[in-house]
Amino acid sequence: MRLSEADSHALAGAPAVPDYLHDGTTVMSWLNTRDHKRVGILFLVSVTFFFFVGGLFALLLRLKLLQPGPFFMDALSYNRLFTLHGIVMIFLFLIPAIPSAFGNFVLPLMLGARDVAFPRLNLLSWYLYLIGAAVALWGMIHGGADTGWTFYTPYSSTTPTQVAPILLGAFIIGFSSILTGLNFIVTVHTLRAPGLGWMRMPLFVWSAYATSVIQILATPVLAITLLIVTVERLGGFGLFDPARGGDPVLFQHMFWFYSHPAVYIMILPAMGVISETVCAFSRKNPFGYKAIAFSSLGIAFVGFFTWGHHLLVAGQSVFVGGAFGLLSMFVGIFTAIKVFNWVGTMYRGAISFKTPFAYICGFLYFLVFGGMTGVALATTSLDIHWHDTYFVVAHFHFIMVGASVMAFLAGLHYWFPKMFGKTYHEGFGLVAASLIILGFNATFIPQFLLGNFGMPRRYYQYPDHFQALNVASTAGATLLGFGFVIIVIYLGIALRWGSRSESNPWGSKGFEWLTDSPPPTHNFDEIPTITQMPHDYRTHEPSGVIRVT
Amino acid sequence: MNDLLRRLLFLPDQASTFAKDVDQLHYFVILTTFVMSTAVGLTAIIFFIRFRRRSESQTTPHIEPAAWMEALFVGVPLIFFTAWFFLGYREFVRQFTPPIDSMDVYVMGKKWMWKFAYPDGPNSINVLRVPAGQNVRLLMTSRDVIHSFYVPEFRVKMDVLPGRYTQIWFNATTPGRYQIFCAEYCGAGHSIMRGEVIVLKPQEYEDWYAAQRRGLADRQDGAPTALDFAPPSGSMVDQGKRIAADQGCLKCHTIDGTRHIGPSWLDLYGRREKLSDGSVVLVDEAYLTESMMEPAQKVVEGFQPVMPSFQGKLTAPETAALVEFIKSLQSDAVRTGPSEGPAYAPIRGR
Amino acid sequence: MSHEAEAGLPPGILAHHFSSLSRQNEAMRLGMWLFLATEILLFAGLFTGYAVYRFQFPEAFAECSRHLELTLGTVNTLVLITSSLTVALAIHYARNNRRHAAAVCLVITILFAFAFLGIKAVEYTAHFHERSLPGKYYAFEEVKIPGAAMFFSLYFLMTGLHGLHVIAGMVVLGFILRHTLQNRYSSRYYTGLELGGMYWHLVDMVWIFLYPLLYLI
Repeated sequence: MRLSEADSHALAGAPAVPDYLHDGTTVMSWLNTRDHKRVGILFLVSVTFFFFVGGLFALLLRLKLLQPGPFFMDALSYNRLFTLHGIVMIFLFLIPAIPSAFGNFVLPLMLGARDVAFPRLNLLSWYLYLIGAAVALWGMIHGGADTGWTFYTPYSSTTPTQVAPILLGAFIIGFSSILTGLNFIVTVHTLRAPGLGWMRMPLFVWSAYATSVIQILATPVLAITLLIVTVERLGGFGLFDPARGGDPVLFQHMFWFYSHPAVYIMILPAMGVISETVCAFSRKNPFGYKAIAFSSLGIAFVGFFTWGHHLLVAGQSVFVGGAFGLLSMFVGIFTAIKVFNWVGTMYRGAISFKTPFAYICGFLYFLVFGGMTGVALATTSLDIHWHDTYFVVAHFHFIMVGASVMAFLAGLHYWFPKMFGKTYHEGFGLVAASLIILGFNATFIPQFLLGNFGMPRRYYQYPDHFQALNVASTAGATLLGFGFVIIVIYLGIALRWGSRSESNPWGSKGFEWLTDSPPPTHNFDEIPTITQMPHDYRTHEPSGVIRVT
Repeated sequence: MNDLLRRLLFLPDQASTFAKDVDQLHYFVILTTFVMSTAVGLTAIIFFIRFRRRSESQTTPHIEPAAWMEALFVGVPLIFFTAWFFLGYREFVRQFTPPIDSMDVYVMGKKWMWKFAYPDGPNSINVLRVPAGQNVRLLMTSRDVIHSFYVPEFRVKMDVLPGRYTQIWFNATTPGRYQIFCAEYCGAGHSIMRGEVIVLKPQEYEDWYAAQRRGLADRQDGAPTALDFAPPSGSMVDQGKRIAADQGCLKCHTIDGTRHIGPSWLDLYGRREKLSDGSVVLVDEAYLTESMMEPAQKVVEGFQPVMPSFQGKLTAPETAALVEFIKSLQSDAVRTGPSEGPAYAPIRGR
Repeated sequence: MSHEAEAGLPPGILAHHFSSLSRQNEAMRLGMWLFLATEILLFAGLFTGYAVYRFQFPEAFAECSRHLELTLGTVNTLVLITSSLTVALAIHYARNNRRHAAAVCLVITILFAFAFLGIKAVEYTAHFHERSLPGKYYAFEEVKIPGAAMFFSLYFLMTGLHGLHVIAGMVVLGFILRHTLQNRYSSRYYTGLELGGMYWHLVDMVWIFLYPLLYLI
């Protein structure tokens, strides 16, 4: 087994180089860091915190929904809670989580670089995230908006709740997203190690690159749309107000022009994590490297042309509906390509059923189910019945939680030793994974059925015949929440009292494992020269793969 | 089989001509989804069992897919998805194209109730009565924010927008009561903005309608609306005539064919008008309503764009009444030129 | 590992994670182009709104356009175009190690930017007085066609957002002026100045599209 750099240093009698976690231990050294790994950890802590905030909102909502009539909270509080649940989960968790937490940490390592292209911009990205979150939080504390995260006009331009701070918060967080994307694109173009051509890049990098392209191009459109609504609220400008000649459906077009590509921002990095972990835990080369790589770009590209499927019953023409419906079908093809290639990767592999692999299995099932229900929704005639019902809610939760969050957890467990140099308890990992997968099914499959049954979304009260399915969903949600809490507990214990992990506990041939776990601040003593594809497991010995010293 | 699947999937009763076809496609799509996701999940598990790691020093072969395999992975989903699209789009177009013989009902959504008005006068709040087996077209608008008219048993839904009319049609097959939901979030009362469609046997419907027309107050639903305070023979045409005078329409539009500041209303409905930008528009309910709400959008050639907007000045029943009044202004003049087809293109197929 | 000493550059120019200055320059330029792309998409939303409502209210938009001060708008366009010239000159002089000339050009650019804002302030004041204001505040006597208020909503949004970018551009120019005076730029390295210039060119370009749409047609 190859010696880690720390061990070789120790053997050579040189003073031990501190890893990035211990290189400066003051608070200021963290708050003023230029190290991409520390920025990644700052993001990881922040997004985890907001995940639980959003999750708490969800549990409160599900608690209310146990009863068909008024219960536990009034309608206005309920409306504010589902709005905030959506905003916190989407803008403060899903969009930044994998790119800004894991992407920041592993992307430069995977490229053999010492940092991202613009380290100070990276730190600024985190501060913008915090400032945006603080502004939104201020709005939340003062009552919060009750518009739904989609802010449809004219309701959002006329409701008296605190919409403006929430809009402003989302606007600021958008810039955090843009800067991260900008940083990643430039890093991939200019900081690849010698020998690392585009066709040798790890698949996570391809996904992160495609995500970054979407972040750059789509987020500004959200920014301007939210700005216009803010100005409408504060100044009566009337761009979306029919009484002043405006068109409320124009808002929907502009909003979804960002928000549909945004869902690909949420899923593409997750797909990248799965590409990495499938290879590592099957100990096998990726089945169709080019197919997986290019399908990421395909999703990013085609995803920009499908926004109108959110407006199929919004009063637009039949022709427009058909055009968007057809285009939406093509996006599903790219995902199908990936799924087949991931499963193909397992074929004749050497699979180890560790916690990340449990999440991979869950991911595959949820992605196919959720993705195909998405294609189903885009089937125009079916959408008439399903639009704005719990069917849609179940569909997007299958992807956002069932797929994205599973992948986040897979990545968290895979890269935990890399980031912290500690080992977590595998048994607890599998238990939590099982609870989450079970709890997830129990929460959201009843919601598909509720949608079929006819229950619209964002409903505070509902007719009695919907109660049984709602109770089932709440029970599942409790189980799901419990699973997430268990994760925090055993990972927290591992951080504090866990045993020291090896440098490469998984025996993974991903490039980020070429350096120590946890890595030193400067990542590599000398920039490696890459001569092979990542995840090449034809031989057991890593010799000849790269030259580190 | 249809009923078994319907119940299994928690789909409501199929109470419109549209519902059964929608559900058939639904079954196809959902079953494929189930099969595929289970297949993928199972394959992963089978592969894990078959190819689990046996030793730490195990190596694996480098396998890349053959081109035909990738083509299969792309082609098969593409065929399925495209098939679904075309099957669905046919139904979608049908749903968006009301048949010629549809009976019109005007719908207005506002926070947080539904108001219905029939062309000949009756109106109600939250209750829509229709005859079974009759094509019904709903012309819908909103008073304030965006709502959405949704009847799960009919599988129909359409957003109602302020400042515009949207339309949807259905043909209810079975007498009964069906819930109307609002399906676009609109504030605190969104989840209680419900109504009821009461589908009556044709004869019962006729009886009810006749009773309404006779103005028997104790058989009318809901609180009085503005139209209730009109003369007893309260047909919409009469209302429209009164409103046209009250609102000053007749200052610019004549009803006898004389050209004045605006186009005359005589024989206006159904005419093909040439607009100032050279295009031709068919004068139907949508155009008439649009002309009242956004008059500068489509100006008739030869007239100045000086008409003010009545957005916010006319309630939806009043707008509808004006439309009915204009529709009634048909002269007995012999038409010159070939007779033109009906206002709607006929529905092909079923 | 001191690339900087070899290159003879002032300290703090070459970051530790870049293998060479040319790589870093490439990265900085790419980063700025990407940022400019986001700015273009930001304005694209407003241009879309303009297109939609122009199509809906053609007479109102044309009529309101005629009531804008064409002379002031044209002067502003010339001011901005000339300021793009002066910032390009600043880059040219810096590349040729003529620090003072570069600084002078930057100062002129900033002054032109002030002039632009001043003229815009004059226009805005006129609008306030004649009550040709956005949306619910519109009370302009001379144009009473539906859609007129929408024109002015878009006018204020577009020129307002552009004005904010002019101010941001001035701040950027101020920073690079300071760096120029501190002898940071030379023929070996002037990328920071280049990036500031690129941003200023974008600000100019956006106006070049705004001007005909608002003032000319």
